[in-house]
Amino acid sequence: MYTCSDLKKGLKLMVDGEPHVIVQYDFTKPGKGQALYKCKLRNMITGSLFDRTYRSGETFEPAALEDRDMQFLYQDESGYVFMDTKNYEQVTLSEETLGDDRLLIKENMEVDILMFNGVGIGITLPNFVNLRVTQADPWVKGDTAAGNNKPAKVETGYSLSVPSFVEEGDLIQIDTRNGQYVTRVKE
Amino acid sequence: MEPNWSLARKRQRLEQRARIVQTIRAFFVARGYLEVETPHLLPGNAPELHIDPVTAAGGFLHTSPELCMKRLLAAGYRQIFQLSHCWRNGERGARHLPEYTMLEWYRQGCDYHALMKECEGLLAALVPSGTLAWQGQAIDLTPPWERLTVREAFARYAAVDLDQALAEGSFDEVIALQIEPQLGRQRPTFLIEYPAACAALARTKPGDPTVAERFELYVAGMELANAFSELTDPDEQRRRFVAEEAGRRAAGKPPYPLPEKFLAELAGLDSAAGIALGVDRLAMLLTGAARIDEVVAFTPEDL
Repeated sequence: MYTCSDLKKGLKLMVDGEPHVIVQYDFTKPGKGQALYKCKLRNMITGSLFDRTYRSGETFEPAALEDRDMQFLYQDESGYVFMDTKNYEQVTLSEETLGDDRLLIKENMEVDILMFNGVGIGITLPNFVNLRVTQADPWVKGDTAAGNNKPAKVETGYSLSVPSFVEEGDLIQIDTRNGQYVTRVKE
Repeated sequence: MEPNWSLARKRQRLEQRARIVQTIRAFFVARGYLEVETPHLLPGNAPELHIDPVTAAGGFLHTSPELCMKRLLAAGYRQIFQLSHCWRNGERGARHLPEYTMLEWYRQGCDYHALMKECEGLLAALVPSGTLAWQGQAIDLTPPWERLTVREAFARYAAVDLDQALAEGSFDEVIALQIEPQLGRQRPTFLIEYPAACAALARTKPGDPTVAERFELYVAGMELANAFSELTDPDEQRRRFVAEEAGRRAAGKPPYPLPEKFLAELAGLDSAAGIALGVDRLAMLLTGAARIDEVVAFTPEDL
């Protein structure tokens, strides 16, 4: 059983008998008043979104989901195809199901696929992925100030902000939980 | 090893924050306030049902320095201020950190109207242009700012009226979800005259015991400060503490001892007013930051 203090972005819980994931979460509280937990929930089967505000003291049932280790094989017109690394079973997930995570996966990457009643309904990426920079402005010599940034794009098409010294061809580590640059990877 | 990117990118905001804190100190020193420091580790806080403390070393970290500061006030320190970290267990959101920085100031011989004027003066010192730009909103800081009673705010912005909200226990929720986002959008708003039950340490308005002389300052839909004309009647204060503490214990919260030294010394205090202002939120407003994370070097998750 979860309580309000467990609520956070990414938590999966049962609401009205179906698995939901919290896609946006905020805690708010008038200084002297009662705490409120504002959640935007996505139904993990239908994809529909709605807002709900919970109050301290409410409890929640964890979503009855199965997590399976899978490898990303390829994308085609049917969707994104993954293979169970134990029994080689293949499942296909749609672009909507993957959401922004589809921009951070590349072939052969190992991920967790969430299953509900035999259907793939979600993905959990490793916390960190390494991707190659395919587009970035050249490094202006002399721009060494820590904290300066510029836009860049990586091989999967994902765009993000990187430090000024990162160049095209560099392999960089990205934190998939917030989508941000972490560091360059030595090869 | 590369520098930590999420820390390095905060440099500009952290520099702005340091200047804000320096300006605050200069403002109060110039007005004759004494800067004080009081212990963070206490045997107990002023009991409040909805503010949970962090337990530490056989006591509690302070949720506000108010009890010690009012003891100083009662001892004859007429104008004091403090910048300190405060701890509130479980408070984490876009505008909340469980450990955050509070500015509190207290003054003898005045009521909360004087503090409203001082808030206007403090912002004028921090924003010489007189206009604050935050998240696409332009806020005109020219005094006097709007003074709106809680009852008027319910009538203007809420789906229920004040009495109905109090009767059904939805007061906090209506304030947070329906009213707060509308306040202080063109000019800052002082929300004044709270129901007496919603202000454990405030005195009631002379001539109207149903409302307390408490205000909250809102800027751009954000709660920035909370202030009272201080309750200085020790018997009334004891009754309110006992009632609030009974509520805390019934809700299973860790028990506080009654602050007996505070209650005894309160008898020596004449009229006074005090205010607590969130420095991190002030830094958010003055640096254009959407989340409190952007104005502190480290969040709990970074440790």
